[in-house]
Amino acid sequence: AYRTDEGQPWVLPVVKKVEQMIANDNSLNHEYLPILGLPEFRANASRIALGDDSPAIKEKRVGSVQSLGGTGALRIGAEFLRRWYNGNNNTATPVYVSAPSWENHNSVFMDAGFKDIRTYHYWDAAKRGLDLQGLLNDMENAPERSIFILHACAHNPTGTDPTPEQWKQIAGVMKRRSLFPFFDSAYQGFASGSLDKDAWAVRYFVSEGFELFCAQSFSKNFGLYNERVGNLTVVGKDADNVQRVLSQMEKIVRTTWSNPPSQGARIVATTLSSPQLFEEWKGNVKTMADRVLLMRSELRSRLEALGTPGTWNHITDQIGMFSFTGLNPKQVEYMVKEKHIYLMASGRINMCGLTTKNLDYVAKSIHEAVTKIQ
Amino acid sequence: SSWWSHVEMGPPDPILGVTEAYKRDTNSKKMNLGVGAYRDDNGKPYVLNCVRKAEAMIASKKMDKEYLPIGGLADFTRASAELALGQNSEAFKSGRYVTVQGISGTGSLRIGANFLQRFFKASRDVYLPKPSWGNHTPIFRDAGMQLQAYRYYDPKTCSLDFSGAMDDISKIPEKSIILLHACAHNPTGVDPRQEQWKELAATVKKRNLLVYFDMAYQGFASGDINRDAWAVRYFIEQGVNIVLSQSFAKNMGLYGERAGAFTVICSDADEAKRVESQLKILIRPMYSNPPVNGARIASMILNTPDLRKEWLTEVKGMADRIISMRTQLVSNLKKEGSSHNWQHITDQIGMFCFTGLKPEQVERLIKEFSVYMTKDGRISVAGVTSGNVGYLAHAIHQVTK
Repeated sequence: AYRTDEGQPWVLPVVKKVEQMIANDNSLNHEYLPILGLPEFRANASRIALGDDSPAIKEKRVGSVQSLGGTGALRIGAEFLRRWYNGNNNTATPVYVSAPSWENHNSVFMDAGFKDIRTYHYWDAAKRGLDLQGLLNDMENAPERSIFILHACAHNPTGTDPTPEQWKQIAGVMKRRSLFPFFDSAYQGFASGSLDKDAWAVRYFVSEGFELFCAQSFSKNFGLYNERVGNLTVVGKDADNVQRVLSQMEKIVRTTWSNPPSQGARIVATTLSSPQLFEEWKGNVKTMADRVLLMRSELRSRLEALGTPGTWNHITDQIGMFSFTGLNPKQVEYMVKEKHIYLMASGRINMCGLTTKNLDYVAKSIHEAVTKIQ
Repeated sequence: SSWWSHVEMGPPDPILGVTEAYKRDTNSKKMNLGVGAYRDDNGKPYVLNCVRKAEAMIASKKMDKEYLPIGGLADFTRASAELALGQNSEAFKSGRYVTVQGISGTGSLRIGANFLQRFFKASRDVYLPKPSWGNHTPIFRDAGMQLQAYRYYDPKTCSLDFSGAMDDISKIPEKSIILLHACAHNPTGVDPRQEQWKELAATVKKRNLLVYFDMAYQGFASGDINRDAWAVRYFIEQGVNIVLSQSFAKNMGLYGERAGAFTVICSDADEAKRVESQLKILIRPMYSNPPVNGARIASMILNTPDLRKEWLTEVKGMADRIISMRTQLVSNLKKEGSSHNWQHITDQIGMFCFTGLKPEQVERLIKEFSVYMTKDGRISVAGVTSGNVGYLAHAIHQVTK
């Protein structure tokens, strides 16, 4: 979760404002939302992902399912794919998850019934970057119609994203091999500070004519973590196909949670449908993204100034909340035990945990860990 | 071509269809008796005062929006358990239970269904009363369980077929799962009397069945939260370690906030901890952690003495209005000159009433009188007001005389 420079959780100012508006609106009640969710939320959420001038939206071949966070959107999508993709109830369709990935991806697809969950090459530990060739090879060799979970931006946990050129290559292989793109978009806006930039990959795939799913989370970019606001965007060939898909997703939702929670969706819908509030929100998002970017550059410059062995450009090359530092498990243990700095055994740090007050300490500690422990 | 060419259009939701048709109707006297949500005597949704107060209190605390634990808000889950089990419950006081927050009743039922599918190896069979809430079947099916039924509703008397139920239940294979509606049976409104519950408990024990209680209307049925939870508490006292799904949609009017809970009564606190760990493993790949808003409101109400007192009064008010509409409907039917026995309308309890009307009669009610209900003759008494109960009685009499 995001933290301010004081190390505190941050409720976005625009969210506070909108919550007050909702509280003051006596016309509102707590009635059930429709099964697929609040209509104004669904339309706006998909518009954010695909862009105002998305041809798919204009052609009415976009569907949306309000979900319980990004996880809920992934689960509904996975349950639908297991029932209806690549035949009926084909649990043998391979599902590819990046190595590494958010560990819950595996569980979501497993619990949805898929029996064959594989990894695709992603992180190159030696060069501390994307293993593009490995990734493309895996796609070339994957059975046709395999499902690939792609991180739309700010890859979790490595922070390493393909460049636009690399995305083009990926899309090319996927189209040729009839692979299904399932995007996980949990950080739109939060990664670069720009909504459009962070959605580039998803929009490119749409422009290339793919049918795809995109699981969106508003946990981070709206700071609405515990309200569970998410959206599954479905892009299909035409309106009729999308309509049938949605009718079946409705059945899945009905036996999972019946209808989604209203509070978070109202906040997001109100914000996105008001030009003024929308600008305010983008400003709040940029504040968060900028602080993270600042912490990245500050950490890198300190390590370089200290002469810490190795190269540290990956700290600023990477993007989003997380960074794969490259520290090995022993070095991580040192950080945790000797320096009381908590990070994952994989060397992943949450950049949001860095503040102007602790940057020096963290940099020095990394320096010690790298020089003392091999 | 599309990946989805072979995807069939899903069937329209029957209850939704009722509301859709109602909306299109231009008759000023139209009535929507399909609605599964409480309405006040003006036919409007009702936001409880204690809910508004709780919301104001929550807003003033300026809390953050950090993720809840996977199992939900602890103050909420503890209060939910205490509400269901009773504060004097040995099971509650000893801590031999686990309660996790669920996405209202549906989400809680689903967590339980998935848990049983994974850990209750003795049987795949879940026995539902005939009839049951329409969504029970697909929930358990999607969780990987099989559905069976036991007799429950007697259409000849519009009441409980107790001997039929006992006969069927006494033949259920041992270690099967049986689902019971704790109070205000949906859709019939027919509940067992306490002596009948005692016999059911004895039979269920003898057959060594796993009991799954669905309690969606505690407080909302009789107006008394302890009375409505009597069966749940009795079974536990008799040594039946039940599993339980609770909803706060109706009794707190928190429908769209999705506040609910799933509870497992265990042998001891250690078992409860182990069960809890597995429930979390099931929840995480579904939606990670639950939504805070409804749980916070419910928790504030249950844990703040003044608000809790006010809530008990308000829930009784809702239940009393429903009971009063039942009474008025029957008396109005008599006034209309109906010679039928309508006693079941006042014998039944909760939001719904199985009128006993046949599909052809229902169709006439819809077409000729713009009174909308589901084909099975079920009406939501919540949709009846003192302003329209006379019209409803008139319409029913016209199609049944």
